Amino acid sequence: MDRSPAAGTAVIDEVPDDAREIARRIRLRALRQVIENKGGYLSQACSSAEALAVLYTNLMNIGASEGPAMPAPYQGVPGPDNPDYLSGGMYNGPKRPELDRFILSPTHYSLALYVTLVEVGRLAPATLDEFEMDGGTLEMIGAEHSPGLEITSGSFGQAISQAAGMALARRLKGDAGHVWLYISDGEMQEGQTWEALASMAHHRIDNLTVLIDANGQQVDGRLEAVTAAEPMRERIEAFGAKCVEIDGHDVEALLAIPAERETGRPLVVICRTDPARGMEVMRDRYPETHYVIFRSEEERERYRDYASALEKESDT
Amino acid sequence: MIEAVSRPHHTNFPDWAAEKPEVVVLTGDLTRPCELGLFRDRFPERTFSMGMAEQNMIGFAGGMAREGLAPYVHTFGVFIARRTLDQIEMSVAYPNLPVKMLGFLPGISTPGGATHQAIDDMAIMRTLPNMTVLETGDATEVESMLDVAHAVNGPVYVRVLRGTMRRLFPKDEPMKLNQARVLGRGGDVALITSGICTEEALLATQALAERGVGIQHLHISTLKPFDDPAVLETVLAARRGVVTMENHLTTGGLGSAVAEMMTTNGAGGRQIRLGLQDTYAHGATQAYLMRLHGMDARALVGAVEDLYSDRFGVDDEELAEARLIDAHETFKSEAL
Repeated sequence: MDRSPAAGTAVIDEVPDDAREIARRIRLRALRQVIENKGGYLSQACSSAEALAVLYTNLMNIGASEGPAMPAPYQGVPGPDNPDYLSGGMYNGPKRPELDRFILSPTHYSLALYVTLVEVGRLAPATLDEFEMDGGTLEMIGAEHSPGLEITSGSFGQAISQAAGMALARRLKGDAGHVWLYISDGEMQEGQTWEALASMAHHRIDNLTVLIDANGQQVDGRLEAVTAAEPMRERIEAFGAKCVEIDGHDVEALLAIPAERETGRPLVVICRTDPARGMEVMRDRYPETHYVIFRSEEERERYRDYASALEKESDT
Repeated sequence: MIEAVSRPHHTNFPDWAAEKPEVVVLTGDLTRPCELGLFRDRFPERTFSMGMAEQNMIGFAGGMAREGLAPYVHTFGVFIARRTLDQIEMSVAYPNLPVKMLGFLPGISTPGGATHQAIDDMAIMRTLPNMTVLETGDATEVESMLDVAHAVNGPVYVRVLRGTMRRLFPKDEPMKLNQARVLGRGGDVALITSGICTEEALLATQALAERGVGIQHLHISTLKPFDDPAVLETVLAARRGVVTMENHLTTGGLGSAVAEMMTTNGAGGRQIRLGLQDTYAHGATQAYLMRLHGMDARALVGAVEDLYSDRFGVDDEELAEARLIDAHETFKSEAL
């Protein structure tokens, strides 16, 4: 494939000012992709769309993407004999002391992240033609070679410790940049998450902000029906972090997160979200919304119609 | 008598790290038990006691390594290999990060029983892509493994001895990556040992030599990579067969590594693997457990007798006498 920045591989150069509009486009593009692939992680894009849009357009102090608009093919795993390995983190800009980092913990949100990178002009729309294609890096559950991913975090509860270690190291180095971590509420069931929260509070790590996508669902259904995570805020506060709850679809509330920071305490923001937000066609599946597989061609057609309606909505 | 050294890591590690500001220490509530008291006192700003939360500790280490630091994780081998395997795989080994994991209390060197005896750590670590696996057998190796581990571009797991130990190898002959030490020469039996089993094996080799058994004795400190040509040459040259001896299960560790090398190269001799035979151990002294599990000098004599289908008449008294002679001189006199 031609990877020169030719026509067709150009990135979106007019990113809307309004994060709500970016979020709407994230949902639509994710929906189109799921229809194309006959299934996928759609609800994750629905619950995270506003948060990812606000992170990339407002909250994070990151530089321009250093990755090619069309990603290179899979280059193998990192290793001593693979010096050409490319990190997906380069789509979040250069690693500089004064710049922020973004760590996505649940890599089941990879599609949500890829379409976000497209909508904010860091990846070419045509990139998605390679989604879930053999030999590419836009994997269903990405690793650190996938665009936007700096670590390999699909085994739950692990990213929070790594992000905290990065934040601690950055403090030791005197970096001014912040670390942003996006995790899912299901990870509250992992013991390591609580080990990490205790450590972060104990070591007074305040250059890390954790956003929890509290969409209340997991593979087996409703989170509260599997193993309750509530009262989540009280539990997190009991571990010594500052914790606030917001409507995760409220752009204004997301924009106000930095004002919540406190010196000497980690900040955890519970983003209460709806896994079928802006995707009413999917609501009848709830709580079985973790992964969408079309039960019939008719159902797929119904999603197609819904996508067309969403598209028209934006034109008006 | 051979030199006995008290707590070499305790004093050597802070000196070694003094001019390496990138070296940070993480420990799982085992600062003193991992001989870090002096390091902590000299470099408190580089010491992180992470509590009894090993999975989180490994993640922190991975994150710190990504930011250019050189984390040295100190805890017991069991807690690294068993409690944190997925964390090591995804937060450290997959991204090939320079996290060095020092696992103390290898095998039955501790009376701490099944919960504290790392008997499967080498097998587990050997299966990890990007991982380098080392084991120390004396004070010189406890000191020199730091340079070896530090030079590796990637993660390293090291079995480290603590407390009072022998200096079997001269201080000016440091551990070298993927390089066996030749402790004796002979063409009958290939004896390949690692860790504390090397010192134990040296108790028997003199008695066997006196009965005309030519033993090519190799001490192994690098379990992965495992392609030192000296090992294959030794195995190929052994007329009677091969004996491996390790402070570990006989599955997955040194014995398996040698067996893999033999089959891969079509070296078809017999191999007897001494070590723990598909069993956990329990809390008791090292000498008792080595005897109980057939990992001591007497078991080695028995293995060689097996290869010869003969009896050599070596009794316990003769082996006990070997403990009193200068083992260092013994192997130096045999080495060419």
